Amino acid sequence: MAKKNLYNVGALLAGLGVTFKYMFQKKPTIQYPSEKKKHAPRFHGLHELRRYADGKERCIGCELCSSVCPANAITVVGAENSPEDRRSPGERYAARYEIDELRCIFCGMCEEACPTDAIVLTPRFEMSDYRRGSLIYAKDRLIVPPEAGVGTPPDDRPGGIPADLGRVAEQKSTADWQQGYDATWRGQVLKTQKKGLAEN
Amino acid sequence: MSNAWWTPAATIWWVILIKSAVLLLVVITTFAYAMLFERKVMGWMQMRPGPNRVGPWGLLQPAVDAVKLILKEDLTPKTADPLIYRLAPFISLITALSVYAVIPFAQPGPGNLWAISDVNAGILFILALTSIGVYGISLGGWASGSKYPLLGSVRATAQMISYELAMSMSLIGVLILAGTTSLAGIVNAQAKWWFFIPQIVGFLIYVITAVAETNRAPFDLVEADAELVGGFNTEYSGLRFGLFFIAEYINMLTVSCIATLLFLGGWNAPFGLTMVPGIVWFLIKVALFMFFYIWLRSTFPRFRYDRLMAFGWKVLLPVATLNLVVTAIVVAVWG
Repeated sequence: MAKKNLYNVGALLAGLGVTFKYMFQKKPTIQYPSEKKKHAPRFHGLHELRRYADGKERCIGCELCSSVCPANAITVVGAENSPEDRRSPGERYAARYEIDELRCIFCGMCEEACPTDAIVLTPRFEMSDYRRGSLIYAKDRLIVPPEAGVGTPPDDRPGGIPADLGRVAEQKSTADWQQGYDATWRGQVLKTQKKGLAEN
Repeated sequence: MSNAWWTPAATIWWVILIKSAVLLLVVITTFAYAMLFERKVMGWMQMRPGPNRVGPWGLLQPAVDAVKLILKEDLTPKTADPLIYRLAPFISLITALSVYAVIPFAQPGPGNLWAISDVNAGILFILALTSIGVYGISLGGWASGSKYPLLGSVRATAQMISYELAMSMSLIGVLILAGTTSLAGIVNAQAKWWFFIPQIVGFLIYVITAVAETNRAPFDLVEADAELVGGFNTEYSGLRFGLFFIAEYINMLTVSCIATLLFLGGWNAPFGLTMVPGIVWFLIKVALFMFFYIWLRSTFPRFRYDRLMAFGWKVLLPVATLNLVVTAIVVAVWG
């Protein structure tokens, strides 16, 4: 048992040894913008509004997400579909759909409440911006392009019930969360670091 | 080439002036990269890569830091004594830089570029200048008109007085062995063996006091970020803070140079490797010392203040005095 006092030179030398040893060890740092850690497969990040394979919106403007949201971050204003302009397979569609990402706590309750799997959380997490206003994501930024739709709309199916409920997020995502997603920086795709939680 | 126009023997004033300007540039650049080196090495020791964003391998970091310091607002507290407050950083920096006038980087004499002057009382001159350097810190803290800087400068004064004594004592042993106070003379006296072998006690004391003298961790009670919010330089910002910062690193470099000259044989090559020029050996030894400083900083926590004082007065000073007496007796009897 080493004596614990100010003049314990052995302890001082041992301490120097530790720092010297660590100097040559591999550093665990991930060079963030250029290298990214792969996140958990069900990471809760930025929202996305999905479509069916035929390009129709999944959202039927029921406002369940907005009611269940514990942070009051979601605003939905529904409108009636008209026969000549059918946006969604149901009677109604979301005329306005806005999520305040600054209020959002990324709990995923909206995703669970949604009866048509329209709103899902993607693993994207880099949303920083300079203005509060630009973090209120409206429909134009939330909705996926028509070609990224998944699943058969209920109109085409007997019984009218979507068969893919609960698996939409995994079926086809604009961000493939089995692979992680490619880190981008100023529009360039950078190397993705595949280590960390999702490693298997 | 003994009478070439650039020989130090020729005391042409403009030759000295040009050499001084070049040396100034070199020392400031060395400071910049010593800082980067410190941040890198400390990063490695703390399992980080250190600065690596600006330029390749972070090599342009010092330039960016300099630009940042220059662009920062220069604040003077209302309660500050404006003249002394503004003067203090310059005292620190000018004394720190003046030391390099007498440090020989290689054998001075005809045909050698590497020294500005060879003063016969070189080491005394350096000790005197570094003592004046404390005024910069003390006055800066006092003139800030604020409590933390004042505490910092009081600590600086006490610490300097305590440790400078032991430091001078540890150096006198070397002076007795060499029989001269000229730095070049001391280095030449180490041609056979370097003085850290016969003066191992003095060497250890010098290393410890040098760390305290430059206010570096673990003796950085003057700055003590945790308790004194930066100590004497709390109120300084922008380039004035930068001047203190430069002075601290240049002082580090100075004590490394002194240790090299007095204990590690200066430009003498080890193991008879004389094909490498002396200046290279000198720089390698200084670099090793600088590394040791950084190593200490990233390893040890700060001393408690009373322990610092107790250590200085009750351990370092008596041991240094004993070392001096024994050296004197040995030299007198067998020398």
